[in-house]
Amino acid sequence: MAAHLSYGRVNLNILREAARKELREFLDKCAGSKAIVWDEYLTGPFGLIAQYSLLKEHEVEKMFTLKGGRLPPADVKNIIFFVRPRLELMDIIAENVFSEDKMHSRDFHILFVPRRSMLCEQRLKEQGVLGSFTNIDEYILDLIPYDGDLLSMESESAFRECYLENDQTSLYHTAKGLMTLQALYGTIPQIYGKGECARHVANMMLRMKREFAGSQNQILPVFDTLLLLDRNVDLLTPLATQLTYEGLIDEIYGITNASETFFDNLTVEQEFMTGVDTDKVNTYIEDCIAQKDPLIKILRLVCMQSVCNNGLKQKVLDYYKREILQTYGYEHMLTLNNLEKTGLLKPQTSSRNNYPTIRKTLKLWMEDANEQNPNDISYVYSGYAPLSIRLTQVLARPGWRSIEEVLKMLPGPHFEERQQLPAGLHKKRQQGENRTTLVFFLGGVTYAEIAALRFLSQMEDSGMEYIIATTKLINGTSWIKSLMDRPESQTP
Amino acid sequence: MMKSKADEEDYWNSSKFKAFTFDDEDDEFTRLKESKQAVNSIRSLVEEEDDEDDVEKVSWSGEPIGSKAKAGGFQSFSESLSDSSVRHYAPELRKPKSEYKDYISDWSPEETVQRMQQGKVLIYLKKSLSKEVLFRELESRQTALRHFIHYLTETKEQRLLMELFRALGRTEDMALLQYKEHLSITDENKRRDFLKSCISLPFSPEDAVHVQDHFTLLERQIIIEATDGQAESGGKVEIFQKFPRRASILNMPLITTLYYCCFYHYSETEGTYSSPANIRQTFRIAEKQFFVTALAARAKLKAWLDVDSLFSSRNWLGFSRRKSPLSFHRVVDVLQKNNAPVQVLQQYVGLVDDAELKISLAQKHKCHDIVINTYRDLKDRQLLLGYRGKVGRGSAEERKIDELLSNSQIRWKN
Repeated sequence: MAAHLSYGRVNLNILREAARKELREFLDKCAGSKAIVWDEYLTGPFGLIAQYSLLKEHEVEKMFTLKGGRLPPADVKNIIFFVRPRLELMDIIAENVFSEDKMHSRDFHILFVPRRSMLCEQRLKEQGVLGSFTNIDEYILDLIPYDGDLLSMESESAFRECYLENDQTSLYHTAKGLMTLQALYGTIPQIYGKGECARHVANMMLRMKREFAGSQNQILPVFDTLLLLDRNVDLLTPLATQLTYEGLIDEIYGITNASETFFDNLTVEQEFMTGVDTDKVNTYIEDCIAQKDPLIKILRLVCMQSVCNNGLKQKVLDYYKREILQTYGYEHMLTLNNLEKTGLLKPQTSSRNNYPTIRKTLKLWMEDANEQNPNDISYVYSGYAPLSIRLTQVLARPGWRSIEEVLKMLPGPHFEERQQLPAGLHKKRQQGENRTTLVFFLGGVTYAEIAALRFLSQMEDSGMEYIIATTKLINGTSWIKSLMDRPESQTP
Repeated sequence: MMKSKADEEDYWNSSKFKAFTFDDEDDEFTRLKESKQAVNSIRSLVEEEDDEDDVEKVSWSGEPIGSKAKAGGFQSFSESLSDSSVRHYAPELRKPKSEYKDYISDWSPEETVQRMQQGKVLIYLKKSLSKEVLFRELESRQTALRHFIHYLTETKEQRLLMELFRALGRTEDMALLQYKEHLSITDENKRRDFLKSCISLPFSPEDAVHVQDHFTLLERQIIIEATDGQAESGGKVEIFQKFPRRASILNMPLITTLYYCCFYHYSETEGTYSSPANIRQTFRIAEKQFFVTALAARAKLKAWLDVDSLFSSRNWLGFSRRKSPLSFHRVVDVLQKNNAPVQVLQQYVGLVDDAELKISLAQKHKCHDIVINTYRDLKDRQLLLGYRGKVGRGSAEERKIDELLSNSQIRWKN
């Protein structure tokens, strides 16, 4: 039992236990002594589910990292590959299988995480090794519990797929993950959402529920509300430098820049956020380009300016683009196009800039933010309240009806759905008992937003507790990187 | 290079799974019968969800593996296979288009997702329909289309993806995808030729200019690299001996190339490919950008006279006036990073307009004269006295301060 997962209102250990049970079952299916060959990317998420002791209980004697060539020797009956469904990994597995010593061959199995793929199996067939596997299974690990109030799918490509490629596969898996969650924690009676993707996920959830119409979920609901939020409802927050402890660590780990440039950067960010000079070429950005600062830093800043100005004047945009391409290389044209497609760096259309109105109505900029004794979520960005969190806050009290006009200015539909609960399961709230909301960020969430939600949970009179879920934990850098068409080429 | 139509036809005709079009005249009776059966079994494949397991177990050649095969359709397939040809595994060619439409439009979005994601239907369709038909059908089914694109991207089927984009009129996407290919060409001459071929692609007007520039730049870099490489190994050109080149200029960004030319080819006239002036003009480099690059290169070489002449400009009166597209604060920064001596730094610190900034820069870089003069101009005795401790014992600066302090004509304010 992981203590850190059960301190909150929602005991995420249940989720973890369900995941462990499935893992145990698969391991037992491959009877006898075994060695696991790991796709490195999976060791992190798995570490949150099971320790080596559990694996040992099921006769796992050795563990190796997946790489080409021949498998290391191990006196075990079974070799199990734990891999993501990626084609290039199939080639490595094929290599491993071919190099196996025929005299002392072991049984091969594959566990695809989080799900199997026809394409991968076809690749294995093309390589001529598909028949060598005794068990091929999938381990559906959609939502991984990171903390007592935090779940992530760690789907690094979700934002790109949804907003750049219009590919909703990850939304389908999100819906599936939510169905699993409901199976364990009860049907969520109220669903609110803002954004196109949110709408799709809700629709899928409702359809999936109808498909299981026969069986009613008798579990007393733990969650009162589900809030689905598209990342593109608030593109600004991930671009800003985070100032909470965890956020800072996440941001600047590995950066050797002096504190002077760090504060210069913050100043410019704050200017943009408060609407200062967002319609001109910014000299600080110009200077940074001239100094050939890391490209991602430049991209974050120009995107921020664009978002705060509802798009840049054509002349300004062309100027930045030219400077960037001339300084960092023409191939970055591809990345700039991607950023435009997702709305992060785009030319101004005729529509007016609504950002100042949104900022004022939702009180996003709190001048007297007190970081030592914060009384408002704006402390996480030194005076700027993340739009996504403000929306969440207002939903709880006084409700979204009061901000209809502002909601209309933000992209995508907003909606409310109710799911029927079986008779007798409606919660009778005790005096002073908190309600629980699951906030699901479609496209990524930052540590600063997490901190802000935790802050809200802890506030005396909030009456609300928040559990956070997302497709991926992100920071501005990792986020922009996922949109670059050739990340390795942006060596500073 | 773009494949010719003939090549494309070869590709389709040679692939394992024969493609049929609705116009196909080849109409053997037996094939018709088998196709009809194929169609019937496809229908059930598509409509029944709970037969996943059965479908799973059928190999791509149509032969059942292991447990129960599907009744009807597949059995007769494998029985009637004369050779190992899998071309029988195809939808009915005579069936009117509307019937085919039924297969997919019956699916709800999430069913589509489910099936598409598992790739079964896509692989099947791709291999059994001519691409013209497939593209046409996909055009009207947004969800299916997105998944097909995703599938092609994952399997890295670049050519087909580009054809699809072209057929859909998504010409810019196609152009960008084609352009992206240059990243996988390592030989610089081949890459240059490839970029040249990209110029005529349907980019947006702005992107078209960038692609043209990209080609022109690489073309020049190849020439410069060859010439300079020879000059360096020849051993006779001084600058290459004093400052051996640390890396090739090939595929470097434009500004880096400009820096290189400001370093090694500064004095050349506009006539050569490697002259900074030529590069500036050809690529329409902004004045500020050119200035800061030239400044950095000349400072690196400690060519202070060159640095100085960057600032002089003669107006029609014949006077020279100091002007700079870059703030003098930044200029000092660049010079300092290149280890300019104090006398040089002092010159430019003195040109900073803002008094506070000037003082702080002067103090930072130990430009004593400037500090002293400024305090004198401010008539601030206290500050001057305070600064005395910061200059060298018995130095000229110390004497200067002492002289000023004992000058009774100055009306000190404190």
